[in-house]
Amino acid sequence: MTTDVIAQDSHDEHHDDHKMTGLKRWLYTTNHKDIGTLYLWFAFIMLLTGGALAMVIRAELFQPGLQFVEPDFFNQLTTVHGLIMVFGAIMPAFTGFANWMIPMMIGAPDMAMPRMNNWSFWILPFAFAILLSSFFMESGAPNFGWTFYAPLSTTYSNGSTAFFVFAVHIMGISSIMGAINIVVTIMNLRAPGMTYMKMPLFVWTFFITAYLLIAVMPVLAGVVTMLLTDTYFGTSFFDAAGGGDPVMFQHIFWFFGHPEVYIMILPAFGIVSTTIPAFSRKRLFGYSSMVYATSSIALLSFIVWAHHMFTTGMPLFGELFFMYCTMLIAVPTGVKVFNWVATMWKGALTFETPMLFSIAFVILFTIGGFSGLMLAMTPVDFQYHDTYFVVAHFHYVLVTGSLFSLYAGAYYWLPKWTGHMYNDALSKWHFWCSLISVNLLFFPMHFLGLAGMPRRIPDYALQFADFNKWVSIGGFAFGLSQLIFLAAVIKCIRGGEKAPAKPWDGAIGLEWTVASPAPYHTFSTPPPQKDIDNANQHEH
Amino acid sequence: MTNKAYESYYVPSQSHWPIVGAVALFLIAVGAGNYVTDLANETSGYGGYILLAGIALVIYMLVGWFSDVINESLTGKYSHQMDNSFKQGMSWFIFSEVMFFAAFFGALLYLRVFSVPWLGGAGNNVETGAVLWPDFIAQWPLLKTPDGTTTTAMGWYGLPLLNTVLLLSSSITAHFAHSALIKNNRKALKAWLGITIMLGLAFMGFQVLEYAHGYSEEMRLYLTSGVYGNSFYLLTGFHGMHVTLGCIMLIVMWFRVLKGHFTPKNHFAFQAASWYWHFVDVVWVMLFVFVYIL
Repeated sequence: MTTDVIAQDSHDEHHDDHKMTGLKRWLYTTNHKDIGTLYLWFAFIMLLTGGALAMVIRAELFQPGLQFVEPDFFNQLTTVHGLIMVFGAIMPAFTGFANWMIPMMIGAPDMAMPRMNNWSFWILPFAFAILLSSFFMESGAPNFGWTFYAPLSTTYSNGSTAFFVFAVHIMGISSIMGAINIVVTIMNLRAPGMTYMKMPLFVWTFFITAYLLIAVMPVLAGVVTMLLTDTYFGTSFFDAAGGGDPVMFQHIFWFFGHPEVYIMILPAFGIVSTTIPAFSRKRLFGYSSMVYATSSIALLSFIVWAHHMFTTGMPLFGELFFMYCTMLIAVPTGVKVFNWVATMWKGALTFETPMLFSIAFVILFTIGGFSGLMLAMTPVDFQYHDTYFVVAHFHYVLVTGSLFSLYAGAYYWLPKWTGHMYNDALSKWHFWCSLISVNLLFFPMHFLGLAGMPRRIPDYALQFADFNKWVSIGGFAFGLSQLIFLAAVIKCIRGGEKAPAKPWDGAIGLEWTVASPAPYHTFSTPPPQKDIDNANQHEH
Repeated sequence: MTNKAYESYYVPSQSHWPIVGAVALFLIAVGAGNYVTDLANETSGYGGYILLAGIALVIYMLVGWFSDVINESLTGKYSHQMDNSFKQGMSWFIFSEVMFFAAFFGALLYLRVFSVPWLGGAGNNVETGAVLWPDFIAQWPLLKTPDGTTTTAMGWYGLPLLNTVLLLSSSITAHFAHSALIKNNRKALKAWLGITIMLGLAFMGFQVLEYAHGYSEEMRLYLTSGVYGNSFYLLTGFHGMHVTLGCIMLIVMWFRVLKGHFTPKNHFAFQAASWYWHFVDVVWVMLFVFVYIL
């Protein structure tokens, strides 16, 4: 089978297959695999950058009192850490996966708009160059938190706010173009016979995520624009003296922000819905319910935003409405968790590294989900709001959730990307070091938060000292553990055991019908119907 | 799609336009950032020049990129499927634009329904009203802000009404132009498209007049005149920018028509420009209702 496809590829005359070499290849590329690679490397560099900032934060919080940084610089660190991890690490990493895998999974020759795809990527490094350069400006980097609430970001902001605004604009343009490309690719470039309900769930989750992006990134652009005019051009959208309202900022921001957090988790669902069946040697349990659950989560994400704002003095009806809607999300999410567990049930399980990360994902993401349910309860949230409990919650869903799924996906597809198997020992070290340290890092934060330690403050009361020491140790250990991943990836690119076309015996999907490493152009002609039928994730 | 014979999908070879565009956006962001910062600090710097350089580079990129695409289209490299990709891409781009305006309309709604009445003591905000600005009267348009800035409201009759008529007519003439293109009546196509562009330009001219009127001593309706002025200028301003962009698209289409481009079956670019034009028209109707009339 594999050889057939390669043979077809070499007969294809529509491609200009002379890859340029050196820098030009990467600057001018229109190839979805090259662009996927660029996204993934960029995201990993940003992950290390954002991680380095987090290490400084944890160093400062290692013991009470001010040790290393000024409070204002501490604020800059938390702000830029958040912005980098959200917009620079997690989102581009998922876009990288989308670029690499979607065309191969649906039997398409490339993304629908290959040149725009290149543009979507290459504006990102420039945006982050602008954001990071503000550290070296006289005024310092943005210091108002990644949520940039007014009036912190307007009346009380420092001189670099304009650069922050324009950097966010570029990130938004990048995300919208990337999302349009994903939507159009999926709608228009599926191989004949690949109906919507035959698509891998991975493709479904990116499809829905892309819709969320197209719907909410423009709203982010709108709110930063109002912030810009409030700060520099004398408008008063977020200033009561002119008739505006700072709380309006939070409404518009979280109308973007809540779908945004699902933008960072739905693709993770797609990845583990691929890996868990593969290493359980079963089909995904409840494929259709997974599709409907993902769509429900996406739709509900538009009517829950104000659960981030329970303490702003909303009318009681608003608090109740947003509380119940938020709790409703637990239903489709629960469907997913049960489906993953049911997929493993009575499966012939093996524990390769992608599976380890996936199982860790299911358990730890669920912990993050449960703390989310606790936060959803309005009266309880009054107590937890702006404490380390919230920090623990969203790091469980974003680090042990999104990031772990990315690692699961990376180890799963590295053989396809590089043509080599990764070093098993290194990957296991990476997994176990990460697993232990990440829990040491984030689990005690729950207790700190419940005891009342506020977030985003460089100092704390003495009774929090012991937990913070352990959290910091966990933080350094987790940060350093990620270098093992870097080593594993570089080793895998440079050599290692040759990977067969399908290294995982339980894996299904069109990407395993082509050679490893995947040829530069795949599916210039559509795959045979038999392969598409075999790639079907439904249980039989 | 299942039983159709397979058409190959054109995947372009490497292109340098995206990276040129990326550098251009970088220059625009850095230039605008410096320019705005200098404005705030009342200093002078190179921001404006960097911004202009960025804009020039973007124009260069757009011209080059679109020339490539037009050449590929004219030399028959695009399949029906490719055409669908373009159409879907344009539709979703317009949807993203709708959401951009939704943010500002949402803000307008919030200001009118919540923030201004609350400042006047509505709901459970009696104390807020009494303590902060006891003399404040909640009204819309907000002619006197809590801190005492006064202004006047722009009426819906006169220029805005005229502009509504102009823009609605231009949507109809754009449709006539499209019908003429489908019937391969090139003469009617040129005429209707020309009229559409004229109507669009007239709209922009009157919009400028309206702004001049707003900024006159008589009206004193400024961008800084509290949330009424803020929402008025941001909504109409962003709409005006989109009309400008739409007009440029239509003008490019007019020149392409003169060069003999487009066939009754194959005219995606024209269709995209016309969709965009209908979209700015719909936004205007919303503006006319929510900003001017109500």
